[in-house]
Amino acid sequence: MWERLVDLWGTYESTLGYIGINGLLALSVYATLSCGQLALGNAGFAAIGAYAATLLTVKANLPFPAVLAAAALLPAAVAVPLGLPVLRLKGVFLAIATIGFGEVVRLGIVNWEYVNGAQGIVAIPRKSGVFTIWLFVAAALFLFGRLRGSKWGFALEAIREDEPAARTMGIPSGAYKLAMLALGAALAGLAGALEAHFTFMVAPNGFAFGRVVDMLVFAVVGGAQVFWGPALGAAFLTVLPELLRELAPLVGIEPGPLRLLVNGLVLLAVILFLPNGLASLPGRLRQRRLAREAA
Amino acid sequence: MGQQVINGLFLGSIYALFALGYTLVFGVLDILNLAHAAVFMLASFVALALVGGAHLPILAALPLAAVVAGLIGLLLDRVAFRPLRARADSNISGLISSLALATVFEAVALQVWGPNVSRFPLGTVPEGRPIPLLGAEVSRLQLVTVGVAVLLFVSLTWLVRSTRLGRELRAVAESPRAARILGVDVDRAIAAAFFISSALGGAAGVLFGLAYNAIAPDMGRSVELKGLAVIILGGMGSMPGAVLAGFALGLFEVFVVATFGASWRDAVSFAALFLVLVLRPRGLLGAAALREA
Amino acid sequence: MSALLEVEALERAFGGLRAVDGASFGIEPGRVHGLIGPNGAGKTTVINLVSGLLAPTGGRIRLEGREIHGLAPHRVAALGVARTFQSIRLFPDLSAEDNVLVGRHLKRSPSLLARVLHLPAARAEEREARARAAALLEGVGLADRAGEQARHLSYGEQRRVEIARALASEPRLLLLDEPTAGMNPVEVQAVAALIRRAAGEGHSVLLVEHNVRLVMDVCDVITVLHFGRVIAEGPPAAVARDPAVVAAYLGSAA
Repeated sequence: MWERLVDLWGTYESTLGYIGINGLLALSVYATLSCGQLALGNAGFAAIGAYAATLLTVKANLPFPAVLAAAALLPAAVAVPLGLPVLRLKGVFLAIATIGFGEVVRLGIVNWEYVNGAQGIVAIPRKSGVFTIWLFVAAALFLFGRLRGSKWGFALEAIREDEPAARTMGIPSGAYKLAMLALGAALAGLAGALEAHFTFMVAPNGFAFGRVVDMLVFAVVGGAQVFWGPALGAAFLTVLPELLRELAPLVGIEPGPLRLLVNGLVLLAVILFLPNGLASLPGRLRQRRLAREAA
Repeated sequence: MGQQVINGLFLGSIYALFALGYTLVFGVLDILNLAHAAVFMLASFVALALVGGAHLPILAALPLAAVVAGLIGLLLDRVAFRPLRARADSNISGLISSLALATVFEAVALQVWGPNVSRFPLGTVPEGRPIPLLGAEVSRLQLVTVGVAVLLFVSLTWLVRSTRLGRELRAVAESPRAARILGVDVDRAIAAAFFISSALGGAAGVLFGLAYNAIAPDMGRSVELKGLAVIILGGMGSMPGAVLAGFALGLFEVFVVATFGASWRDAVSFAALFLVLVLRPRGLLGAAALREA
Repeated sequence: MSALLEVEALERAFGGLRAVDGASFGIEPGRVHGLIGPNGAGKTTVINLVSGLLAPTGGRIRLEGREIHGLAPHRVAALGVARTFQSIRLFPDLSAEDNVLVGRHLKRSPSLLARVLHLPAARAEEREARARAAALLEGVGLADRAGEQARHLSYGEQRRVEIARALASEPRLLLLDEPTAGMNPVEVQAVAALIRRAAGEGHSVLLVEHNVRLVMDVCDVITVLHFGRVIAEGPPAAVARDPAVVAAYLGSAA
């Protein structure tokens, strides 16, 4: 019996770890979505955190807590000079500028011989396990949970719903957006570092545009109106491919394409029929039931 | 040097065609269609199937593949964009919904053709002596590519300036509500825009596939981001801007590769994109105007 | 008495269009100051300029002697200016009470640490802020609608919530942009009472309105704007008789 549990753990440890890492990444995108900004540079921030952490562990042999602190603080520090010009851009322009930033970071790494360029670094000692990762997810969720309903949470919500009106009430929207960009960068950097020390390796192709698209999808599918939505979306979309792998031979589609197909269809279904994500499902069902009872 | 210019113009015309489709939809709808690159990729595979499977000559396969791409564009509009038209945040939700369909398209390509690189059969592009020009050489393929691109630019300009559809598109771009009041069938006009946009992207895809003779389900990825760079540089919604910036990027890339080496090519392009966004978000020819309801 | 707000030769052009074309007037503390004029006279633009949403292309704006033109809106708000909007800009997803609570932003200074740690000090601060918001809602007669989402409130209710929200920051100067547009006479009277009470409590009011009777009723001084310029100013009775004012209203398609 015990051996069975250990076996099970071995099989699913990676998935459980990734639920946490993806949860952190989804929350990092949520940080800026919560004040209405579509900032998609988080693959770049994750890369900075991952590589900084890797170098500090492998070359400088620093203790892990210090490594993680650096992995969070360095991207946050980069986010500030990035955000000052870029957060003035509206809507899709901000998205494109931040995508551009992410690509510049990735390409910079590809061209940097010190870190082996495109090949990346391997044999990173295992320092983060599922427990550590989930601890950080819990801490992030706690932080966002405390923010909601507070003076700052309401300010962020106001900025999201109507930024100019919020400003006329004394809310310094520029400072808030910058703070959220930095917070998101810190979370992404942390996630990158945890991933590097969980999967033993780090490489630039893990931080391409597709990665930040994944993060956005987690947040949207889970529901970006509440702080726990993105984490829910990350969990759902991390577990789904594992389930699909069992399903693939039955349907006659390769696992790779099947995963993409289901991801695409889930996203489409959510955006068309459940725009506030899975998190809004209970509320919707309740409304439906109330409407039926009233009729 | 002359050779670099020719290579740059060749690459630039493909970028310009791709970007033109992107910017057409953005100009009319204020939406970034992130499935554009997937259509680009699918068209390339369709051309491959027509040439390799049905043994059509490439000059027939190219327009056919472009038409198929246009039809996929109609599907895109109907499924991903039209249902969201009424929503307040339609540009973000449209972006996400196009992303969803792009993923589906990529899945289809992966399942049907597999992840590996496919190539056109030998002899697809008729070999011939390269034509000397300005001290350099232009291959047949390069000539046809630039020629097709220029032909399409001119046709599109004529369409937008002088036809009824063009007027309708311009009206919808200014204000869909006003256009509707004036009797324009807005949904039909938008569908037409998608058809044209995707056909252009599809043509670009076929030409790109021929240029590099490497077709794979992820071939759209690098071009997708370049396309964004081009439309930003040229000015969102500006068609002449997209063409100009497309050629500019093509030339720029060829020169960067010649000077710094291939690995710097993309980094420099994105850094330039970033600078443009921060310093002059309107790009070269774009309008900063907001759309009315 | 030195003026609370001084607007001097204010100009705002949009391309070739001069929405405000050299307007000058002053608001005394504690007064209700009306700003009227035919459509397109530039009244909302003046409010946008004073609140900082727009920067003037010429002229000055001074609040208690301090120049505020060109300042960002949140800085102007921090100096004691609050406003409502012609087209009602409540936060649609938030409840009526939460909307007013957001208005209270400038007056709240909770500690982030206390909030994260769920300390009693943070809980007390929140209770106090909510109590104020509830009281303000009660002041506009909407205590029973406190929990309703703003998008579900009636038009008249939304306007009153917006006024409550503006009062939440305890502003020295309250800018009201057509607060009674679309209201029935009973609702208009309620707003008139609100305005009088606000002035009585020490807020100065700049009231942009089309409802001439309301303006005559409630204002101490009226400035008349036409094509972006001041064409008359004075107590209501005098302004009503002013031939230039009559000509402006009759002559234009107001």
